Amino acid sequence: MAGLEIISDQGYRIDGRRSSELRKVCARMGVFTQADGSAYIEQGNTKALATVYGPHEVRKGRGKIQHDRAVVNCQFSMATFSTGERKSRPKGDRRSQEMSMHLRQTFEAVIVTELFPRSQIDIYVQILQADGGNYCACVNAATLAVIDAGIPMKDYVCACTAGFIQDSPLLDISYVEESAGAPFLTVAMMPKSEQIVLLEMNSRLHADNMEKVLDLATQGCKDVFAVLDRHVRDHVSESHALMTAS
Amino acid sequence: MAVHITLPESRKKSAAPDAPKHLVTPGDVITTDTGYMRGHGTYMDDDKLKASLAGVVERVNKLICVQPLKTRYNGEIGDVVVGRVTEVGQRRWRVDVNSRLDAVLMLSAVNLPGGELRRRSAEDELMMREYLVEGDLISAEVQAIFHDGALSLHTRSLKYGKLAQGLMVQVSPSLVKRRKTHFHNLPCGASVILGNNGYVWICPTVDDEKVESSGGYEQDLEPVPSTDREVIARLRNCILSLATHKLMLYDTSVLYAYEASRQYQVKDLLQPDIAEKVADDTRQRLQMESG
Repeated sequence: MAGLEIISDQGYRIDGRRSSELRKVCARMGVFTQADGSAYIEQGNTKALATVYGPHEVRKGRGKIQHDRAVVNCQFSMATFSTGERKSRPKGDRRSQEMSMHLRQTFEAVIVTELFPRSQIDIYVQILQADGGNYCACVNAATLAVIDAGIPMKDYVCACTAGFIQDSPLLDISYVEESAGAPFLTVAMMPKSEQIVLLEMNSRLHADNMEKVLDLATQGCKDVFAVLDRHVRDHVSESHALMTAS
Repeated sequence: MAVHITLPESRKKSAAPDAPKHLVTPGDVITTDTGYMRGHGTYMDDDKLKASLAGVVERVNKLICVQPLKTRYNGEIGDVVVGRVTEVGQRRWRVDVNSRLDAVLMLSAVNLPGGELRRRSAEDELMMREYLVEGDLISAEVQAIFHDGALSLHTRSLKYGKLAQGLMVQVSPSLVKRRKTHFHNLPCGASVILGNNGYVWICPTVDDEKVESSGGYEQDLEPVPSTDREVIARLRNCILSLATHKLMLYDTSVLYAYEASRQYQVKDLLQPDIAEKVADDTRQRLQMESG
């Protein structure tokens, strides 16, 4: 990536954003009728689709049954056409398994699983187009889908990335900025209670800069939350008005 | 072959829905007053009552609940449900009723064929597969709720039992209006069971005498005439269009939708624009009558 300037002299990034600006977020809830809950999200060019089934009876692998809480099962996948290079992506590969595990840990922390003993909640997420911040798009889409399914959660979970490139922190980095090789941080947090659910860093970052980057990512999560919350409120009030009208 | 194509259409916002009284999303603080009781959809977090669901806050005296828009079916005793048998076990059947755990139908909670009333013997246990096997559809009533939330069903009335020929539609349980009766013989020549769990069964109307003689477990396998099948298919499409446009389902709304759909062909009801028209007509007619 030599020669490619991530931040211009005027302080703009390649896609024209400022350093602490999010990409445009579009969301829709209830995109499928068969699933208990579903959502679609676009964060810039990253697009993700999430569906939630459950809580339901554990059908396969009775051994997994927990007698005091529900089991959360996550599956992450990427569409063959999601990246620049077309390639069939088996679901069981290492990277998507790791992603599935992170998603499971994230959602086990926020869903009130104690209310559904001996049942199972399935969360399936698929990336339709990958342009950086895949995990974030997945978490945000899955949050909307879980809310749509009417499964109790302690709070929203919102995720955001922040990188540290050319000595300045950058919010919500895209694929080009990700592949520049600079360190970046992925944060999933509960925006209202300000608790961090997941924190991941991909390479070394000087401890002095850590706080700056983390603060920026935290702010990004809250910005994402504001957008998601507006979508949820619109969706709920619209559906509620329709249902009470009849 | 004719192909029907519709262009993408921006969904029109319903005329500025007057924001419902108290809307919450997960994590919202409902009240900091400790004098309230914690109901469904809420949790306590350092002396604050917070919502865990997105929906409308309901207060009954000191009890605070959050009612979500859609969930899995939460059973209540006395509900009529339609379900599918998933497993035959020791003196019981397991039934999928769209709930968070499978419901249980005990052998002692069914009417034996022929309406016999006696203790269930070991022979009856061996005959269980003769009555109901995996995949059979039944209608039943919720008899009890176990401590883990699973439901116990019974079919100890002639109106319940195995469902023979017909069609099942799945809708959201919150769209089925609670009524005195959920069995309806519609004047259009079909019967509808609006299960509280969101499973709707549509079948040709059968006269009660036949049912009484068979005890509810005989299946009538006579071919259904095509006129009846058309009525059933039309009802299915009407119910689905009501459900997609979030109208409550009960006998009147289904009947009005059926009448509104009469001017279209059955297959045309699958097109989104016509389905919307039928739902809108029904909504208008219901609103006119109520107010």
